[in-house]
Amino acid sequence: MTRLLPVLLLAALAALPLALGTEPYLLNALITTGILTIGAMSLNLLLGYTGQLSLGHIAFFGIGAYVSALTSLGFDVEIGFGYRVAHEPWPAATGFLLAVAAAGACGWLIGRLSFRVRGAYFVIVTISFAEVVRLVALNWVELTQGPLALTGIPAFTFGLPGLGSWTLRTKLQNYYLVLGVGTLCYALIARMVRSRFGRAMRGLKENEPLALSVGINATRTLTVAAVVSAAMAGAAGSLYAHYLRIIDPDVFLFATTVTMVIMVVGGGKGTLMGPVVGGLIFGLLPVALRPVMAPEAQWIVYGIVLILILFLMPRGIVPGAAALLARGRAPRAGNTILKSRPAVQR
Amino acid sequence: MSAAILSVAHVGVRFGGLVAIADLHFDVAQGEIVSLIGPNGAGKTTAFNVMTGFLKPSQGEVRFRGTSLTGLQPHEITRLGLSRTFQRTSVFPDDTVFENVMIGLHRQGGGMSRTLLLDALLARTRASERALRERAEALLDWVGLAGRAGEKAGALAYGEQRLVGVALALATEPAMLLLDEPVSGMNASETRIFVRLIRQIRERGITVLLVEHDMPMVMEVSDRIVVLNHGRLIAEGRPEAIRSDPAVIEAYLGQGSAARRAAAGAREVAHA
Amino acid sequence: MDQLLQHLVNTLILGGTYALLGVGLTLIFGIMNVVNFTHGALYTVGAYLMYLAVAALGLNFFLALPVAIAGGLALGAVIEVLLLRPLRGQDIDTTMLVMIGAGIVLQSSTLWTFGGVAKAVPSPFPQAPLQLGPVSVSWLSLFVLAGALLLIGLTYALINRTKLGLAMRAAFQDADTAALMGVDVRGIYTATFALGSSLAAAAGALLGPVYVVFPQMGQLAELKAFAIVIMGGLGNVTGAAIGGFLLALAEEFGAGYVSSGYRDAMGFLIIIAVLLWRPTGLFAKAERIG
Repeated sequence: MTRLLPVLLLAALAALPLALGTEPYLLNALITTGILTIGAMSLNLLLGYTGQLSLGHIAFFGIGAYVSALTSLGFDVEIGFGYRVAHEPWPAATGFLLAVAAAGACGWLIGRLSFRVRGAYFVIVTISFAEVVRLVALNWVELTQGPLALTGIPAFTFGLPGLGSWTLRTKLQNYYLVLGVGTLCYALIARMVRSRFGRAMRGLKENEPLALSVGINATRTLTVAAVVSAAMAGAAGSLYAHYLRIIDPDVFLFATTVTMVIMVVGGGKGTLMGPVVGGLIFGLLPVALRPVMAPEAQWIVYGIVLILILFLMPRGIVPGAAALLARGRAPRAGNTILKSRPAVQR
Repeated sequence: MSAAILSVAHVGVRFGGLVAIADLHFDVAQGEIVSLIGPNGAGKTTAFNVMTGFLKPSQGEVRFRGTSLTGLQPHEITRLGLSRTFQRTSVFPDDTVFENVMIGLHRQGGGMSRTLLLDALLARTRASERALRERAEALLDWVGLAGRAGEKAGALAYGEQRLVGVALALATEPAMLLLDEPVSGMNASETRIFVRLIRQIRERGITVLLVEHDMPMVMEVSDRIVVLNHGRLIAEGRPEAIRSDPAVIEAYLGQGSAARRAAAGAREVAHA
Repeated sequence: MDQLLQHLVNTLILGGTYALLGVGLTLIFGIMNVVNFTHGALYTVGAYLMYLAVAALGLNFFLALPVAIAGGLALGAVIEVLLLRPLRGQDIDTTMLVMIGAGIVLQSSTLWTFGGVAKAVPSPFPQAPLQLGPVSVSWLSLFVLAGALLLIGLTYALINRTKLGLAMRAAFQDADTAALMGVDVRGIYTATFALGSSLAAAAGALLGPVYVVFPQMGQLAELKAFAIVIMGGLGNVTGAAIGGFLLALAEEFGAGYVSSGYRDAMGFLIIIAVLLWRPTGLFAKAERIG
């Protein structure tokens, strides 16, 4: 069941354009939803599996977008003391790889930090990090064009020597690219979570002193999780830049982090399918709400939905639905053990 | 008695102006079962936290199998073969008992620490994963929790959670095990089972040091007892010698009625 | 030299409202252990209430101010009773996320109600600035500084001189013991959150007429308030007051002598630097394990 569901969902998503046709508005919504869902899956690695409430996730996404865009556009900037750095445009695919690497490197920093700075302080530091990056993107006009945006970002081109090259110009092509990268990220996260590494993350989240005392290296585990998480967010950012082909400092908006948080928390943090289900629901919700209300009113709905989920279904939709299913299947199985429970639990 | 496996050498711990441990100095020999006792607030748990790297001593050092533990992180100390259990939170509450032990086996299955992520990504883990599952089953069987493998650890009864804690500690293949008040809150029959378990642990060649309040249990299981009061070592010796030690009796009688009852328990055993 | 003096005066003016923002946030943080992600939205609401009262209803400027503050007080009380009271005992992450949700609702509601175009609040002060030798300062700014200092002073008096303040301090030290001694802790929490919220609204109402009023104005203000609270130390009211002036100093001189574009980055750089250099100095001692 748990292994079959993702495969079924993948098949359904792959077939979806056949059913919808190539209606541009819907396809566009699906692509941006897919990109944000990759971001949500990567955020879940930190938020759900290590329990680190990292609210600067959009920084990795935006860094990925800018690195990828600048790599493929080229630049020529002064870095002080009269020195200049010039860069000739490289293929978009190279930009993608560099985006993953750059975002991963920033993730390494945040991962090291998460061990020194905990709780509310960590949350505030991650938000601050994202704001600083946004302000750099806004103010380093020579490199980023500031609020004027980077335009004319090339679409992805894949070429094989001797076979010619293939440029992803249509929405449909981008849809399948996003679906492919998303599937890859899902598989990667699933592998990590089900391995010893995943057990180390769970151990640290559930009972850190005990995890340390069975030999789990907290610093390394958290750092690796943060690097993988950030690298995936960077990949999503790169997809975003080469799909929209224009980015401005608004890619760093806190609101996008909040959207991803809603996707993860709403879908079910710490579960594999949670962010996917949450991503699809909350990514496509604006499509459903668009005919009935203005965007700012949609955000009011989003905020209320976040609060309601936390109050009514704190574990999220996927675990909630799973619990309902299990209860339906085995009606009276829960009461067999009525032994004395420990008086003091954590 | 063979050579010392653990030496606590003039360890002191201060929190600001507060002295938790003034000067603690004792050895544990290979294969011994030693108990660390003392009235509440004597510094026992603090001593455990120093030995396992959760606290840095203000002075002195702990040596384990000849290696100084100064500056080592808790997980590094575990990897040297010194493992511990916890008084209150001895399990990963949201996982099944079986998965608890699997988390405990983190370090086992080949020295793959550096390639942890690589293992996860390449499908290299299948064989070692199967071996780990067998080890986990064997361990649960050994502590008598095989029947509980599929249950959530946080939902187990108190005594059973302690057993999970012991299985977790044993999963790290320690040469020495520190047990922090393992039988507090257990009833008499559970305690008896636990005493048998401690003996079996020793038979596996594992040295045991425990902190415990249950005097009859301490007297029964220990080869040697170390007594702490106000962060200072006040007596050390075989159980029968400790029972009649005037300094120990004074330390316990000077405390509240709970401690007095504990001391009375100790005397009861002496007369039995 | 003249420029330096001008920067110092600007620092004082800006620092007053920053301190006000920080004091409100640190009170809530310290006493309730809640990271108030509605603080920025309450600041925005305060500014809009001022706009509504003065520009739309034609109320006197000096009467509108207490109205805006009372509005923040009432809104804070509602948020506390509706959202925080049922979450007592939940982990801090859940409360943070709920507060983020509430902040979004508030901010989007102001956007929905008033639209995205910035509004100006007319002030009764003369346009011509007061010239003190080389330094020029607007009458409105002086009033804002005086208002901020007065409100901080009143908050101090409330905490240190009243029965309510005594109960708040008791709840800050140890909520359980305070409850045993007969302190109505639930009521104290509501009062604390309402008080902190009213200070945020007051800061918005004071600064609104100086700049312009727009729905996103609270976002940066909120992050700056976090910076101030972190500099001052958790729940430290005096620390937050000083932190407010320190942040203003860093911004004013950073903007004046380094780069004006990065003015708003100062707060975040301070947060990151403080937490990297002195992380242990800023939170409680290591807990006992086992």
